[in-house]
This record gives sequence, structure tokens and C-alpha cells, in this order.
Amino acid sequence: MGLDFSVIPKYMDIILLGVGWTVGITVAAALLSFIGGIIFAVIALYAPWLIRQPFRLIEWVFMGTPLLLQLFLIYFGLVQIGIDLPAFVAGIIGLGLHFAVYNSELIQTAILAVDKGQMEAARTLGLSRGQALVKVVIPQAVRAVIPPISNNMIALLKDSALVSVIGVSELTLSAQRAIGKTYRPFEFYILAAAFYYVINLCMEWVQRKIERRISISR
Amino acid sequence: MTEQTNFVEIRHAQKSFGTLEVLKDISLNVERGQIVGILGSSGSGKSTLLRAINDLDPLTGGEIWLDGVQVNKILPHRQYEKHINEMRQQVGMVFQHFNLFPHMTARENVTMAPKLLKGLSQADAEKLAEEQLDKVGMLERIDYYPSQLSGGQKQRVAIARALAMEPKLMLFDEATSALDPELVEEVNLVMKKLAEEHMTMIIVTHEIDFAASVCDRVLFMDQGVVVEEGPPEKILKNPDMERTREFLRKHIEGAK
Repeated sequence: MGLDFSVIPKYMDIILLGVGWTVGITVAAALLSFIGGIIFAVIALYAPWLIRQPFRLIEWVFMGTPLLLQLFLIYFGLVQIGIDLPAFVAGIIGLGLHFAVYNSELIQTAILAVDKGQMEAARTLGLSRGQALVKVVIPQAVRAVIPPISNNMIALLKDSALVSVIGVSELTLSAQRAIGKTYRPFEFYILAAAFYYVINLCMEWVQRKIERRISISR
Repeated sequence: MTEQTNFVEIRHAQKSFGTLEVLKDISLNVERGQIVGILGSSGSGKSTLLRAINDLDPLTGGEIWLDGVQVNKILPHRQYEKHINEMRQQVGMVFQHFNLFPHMTARENVTMAPKLLKGLSQADAEKLAEEQLDKVGMLERIDYYPSQLSGGQKQRVAIARALAMEPKLMLFDEATSALDPELVEEVNLVMKKLAEEHMTMIIVTHEIDFAASVCDRVLFMDQGVVVEEGPPEKILKNPDMERTREFLRKHIEGAK
């Protein structure tokens, strides 16, 4: 049984739908991980001890356990305490928080690396510490951290395949479904890989755009 | 509490870092419109004294008064934060390393704080930025980022940023020490212009000639105390104390 790519067009709609889900979940989870990363970083560095503790627990859970387990916990586990999330929402939350913890580590380091004269200059003008963080320190930290965060986002894209296990028909699961009907694993896995590659290229393009935009201002 | 009479009044300022005493019982009065220069070798406590005035380096003892209000008064944390933010809006500060915000243009550096803290409209803020940057001769570079400016230009923008809050008092912490010699003059000119406008200023500097030409009064500090103070022609030309003479000798030789 040789290769036969002619079966692909018939199932292209399933695959394209999968691409749509993968892109949607990746973009939503990336945004969540970015904003969550900033919030976690600020809490880790500046919040009072009592508030820091629950976040340290969240950090430990998301860093120290497999993402697969986290997805199961959010999708199947939370139902038991009355939180019944649609699968794609559970997937976005799981992926988003998982990578928020990693982004938070990067952003914390970047915040601490901002010259302390920046905070002083802002405080001298009369800004409160919070205002100085929002207007002066965090924008600089975030700029410095775009390249490593982009690497995390590529990892996020690849790990988005894991949400197939909770039944979201993203690209990998769509490929499997097509294979289930055609018994042509090689063709459809190659096709899925090609689509991941294309999405990757798009993400790199976006990253370069963002970097070019902010490099003028540094 | 005694009656406060001077515009800026420092009473028995004392500052320690652990066991190291950086300021030892310093008192200083500055009248409105006066320009006071503080000289001294590094480690003499002059920058610490300046930074204590707007509470960047809080004193461990003594009082600082500005225009009838105690800057470092004792308040519960939240109230103190509010109080100190209000006080700092009235005191402009210029740093040795400029500390411009690198992610903002000259215009944004100037308008950020007035917009945020005084609720200036976009139109008023634009006008303010143009005014202040024109004053320091930087209007042509209004949309430049700090990375596109020379040291002297950065410092002039930093002065405009401080002036935009309409401070009652300006503090200069070695504003020209990080500059290449040929860039010092343009910053000094801006400071002279402020002096002509009767801005109250306290200037920590190494430049004896500049201090002589703009200051009404000069302090010489050494090891956390004011060794000598008086009009610049006296302190810088004919000081009484040996320590002052030695400092001047070294600095004048160094300049040659």
C-alpha cells in the first residue's frame, strides 16, 4: 500500500476546521498566558505574604505536574465541584495558566533587571509605586522579554495538541479522525505537520513585527 | 513644634546605613528663589542629603520642611504614601544618569506625569510638552526616543520632564558629571536660565566654576557634616577651613 495523497481533498474541511481550533485556542491561551504572566509576576514580587501563598501553590501545580494531568483536572475534575466547562474553554485555561507560570518567571527577572533609576525617576515625579510599575517598569520589562516569551508561545502551539485528549477537535485530533475514515495515517499526519509548520511561520512573523515595532523605542 | 519660616528647612538631619553615619546633624535653610550649591568629595553625604529632601533616601533623624509642610512627617503607611506623592509633585529632581524613560519619546517623557497626576487633557499636555522642550532647546527633537539623543540632550529633556510638574523646588544631583566635557555647557546654560527665572534650586555638583557663577550660597560637606558655608566668592576663593582648601586644590588641579 503506497502513499496516496489524493484522499486529502475530500477531508480537507475537517482538517481546516482543526486548524481553526488550533489557531483559536493557541491565540486565546497565548493572550491569557501573557496577561496572567504579568499578573503572577507582580504578585510574586510585590504582593503581601498572605496573598502570595495561594499563587505559589498555583505556580507549583502548573510547573510541577504534567500539562496532560492539568487538562484532565480542569475538564473532568472541576465538574465534580460544579464547574462544568466546555472542553475548549478548559483547554484554553489549562494551556494559558500553564504557560502564564513560565512567562511569569521571565517577566519577574525582567522587572528586576529594569534599572532602579527608572522607578526613582517616576516616584520623584509623584507617581505611586503602582503607577510607576504600570507606566514605567512593566512596559520596559515586557519589551525585554518578548523574544523568550515568543519561544514559550511556540511551545504552547505544539502543546495545544494535548487538548485533543479532552475532545477538542483541533488539528491533531482532526487528522486522527480523517485517518480513522481513510486508514491513511502517513498522509494526514504529514499534512497536519505541514499546517503546524505554517502556523509556526505566522507566529514568527508576528513576533518579528512586534520586535521591530518596539526596537525603535529602545 | 517650632514655627517654620524658611522655604526649605532641614533640621538636624541624621542618616545612618547600619552603623555607618552618612549625615551627622545637618541643618540648612534655603529661601525662596535662592540657589544653593553643595560641594564635597564622593562619600561626603551630599547626594544623600539631596535625596533626603524628597524622601528618596529617608532620614533616620531630623526634619525636612518645604513651604510650611513637613516632608518626612510621621503618618500611617497609606497616608504617608499619599502625602509623599503630593510633596514629590512639588519637587523636581534631575539625576546624574538622566533616568529618562527609554520606551517613551521626549514628548511622552514630559507629558506622562502631568497627564496621569494632574489630569491634563491631551491638547494641554501637547502644549505643555512643546513649551517645556522649547525652554530647554529640545523642541526639534520632541518625537525622538532617548536612545536617539546625546547625553546633554537627554539631560535637557530630563529637566523639561521635571519642570512640567511645575515644581517649587528643583534638585540637581550631579546633573553634568556623566556628560562628556563638550556637552556640559548646554546643560549648564539651561540651569542658568532657570536661575534667572528665580527657580529655587539645590545643586550638588563637582564643578566649582559653575557653582561660583550661579549659586547664591555654597556648602562644603565632608564626612557627613557641613564644614563651611557662605557666599561662593568666600567659600570657593578664600575658605577658612583647611579641609575646604584641600578639596579646592585637588579639584582645580584636576580640572587643569
